[in-house]
Amino acid sequence: MSTLATVATLAQDAGLTAADQKAISAAQGAGMAYGLAAIGPGIGIGYLVGQSVQAMARQPEAAGMVRTTMFLGIAFTEALALIGFVVFILLKFV
Amino acid sequence: MIATLIAEVKFPPIQNLVEWPNLFGPKDTWYGFNKIALMSLLSVLFTVVLFLVGRKKKMVPKGAQNLVESSVNFIEEGIINQTIGPDGMKYLPYLATLFFFILFGNLFEVIPGFQMPANARMANPAIMAIVTWAFFICVGIKAQGPGKYFKNNLFPPGVPVALYILVTPIELISTFIVRPFSLAVRLFANMLAGHILLVTFSVLCITLATASLLALALPFSFFMLVALTGFEVMVAFLQAYIFTILAAVYIGGALHPEH
Repeated sequence: MSTLATVATLAQDAGLTAADQKAISAAQGAGMAYGLAAIGPGIGIGYLVGQSVQAMARQPEAAGMVRTTMFLGIAFTEALALIGFVVFILLKFV
Repeated sequence: MIATLIAEVKFPPIQNLVEWPNLFGPKDTWYGFNKIALMSLLSVLFTVVLFLVGRKKKMVPKGAQNLVESSVNFIEEGIINQTIGPDGMKYLPYLATLFFFILFGNLFEVIPGFQMPANARMANPAIMAIVTWAFFICVGIKAQGPGKYFKNNLFPPGVPVALYILVTPIELISTFIVRPFSLAVRLFANMLAGHILLVTFSVLCITLATASLLALALPFSFFMLVALTGFEVMVAFLQAYIFTILAAVYIGGALHPEH
């Protein structure tokens, strides 16, 4: 709400056109979307890799299997962040 | 000073980064041929060359033969054996083709003169994801029979009957809709993000080289550019590996139902 109010005041001050205002809010929304989308996968991948390293350290003979499963888990977790990135591109440029 | 620098950075619009003019043929026609199409064609050619080179089996492989044999061995041991099991070896041709095509398409990101991954446009990943989607459904229908395959997937055994109201829509969406979508978006977004990252640091390097005192910061920016180029080579391999291993996991899941 405050952001919108700020944009409105700025628009009045600087005499921005409607297109400029749209670009400003698109940039803000895009940054916010990617930032929020990166939080969850960041925590998830950190936890996942940490646990995998622990598993490999405890049982080095299972390292190959753990590594394959780790990459699978990373791929699934990372998908959310990447969808966030796509949303960023869509908001910012389309 | 920083503010003037930021004002000086002219970041090109996204259309200039991913859309290429046609090498020949008019725009927006089916026979128009641009750089992405050229790179896809070259990837296909390289893959074919690899298969031709690796066809002659020798007792002691050397040179290119060695490279092909070790990479096929990697796909056999590291991907198929880990996910499908020994009876998945008959899917080696499809998975190996997928792996090499994606890998070569991705590696164009760091090859001077091309500097653009073929998979950073949605067309290539989408087609490969749709083919993989059709492939694993066909494998499941062939291995289990159509009724049993869809029953196993949509109504997994061992779930209380009342829960099917919840489980069936979730399984339907996650298996038949989200899988091809996430497969395509994962590859596409990774390569596009890498491409934009490299472009960002290149633009920064160019801007710093022309600005007066700020040229002192150029080495850091250039170091980042070099380091990220190396990182993107790793990402190219990793994404090819991940796409292939996920295709193998989906095929394996269709081949061996959960009991």
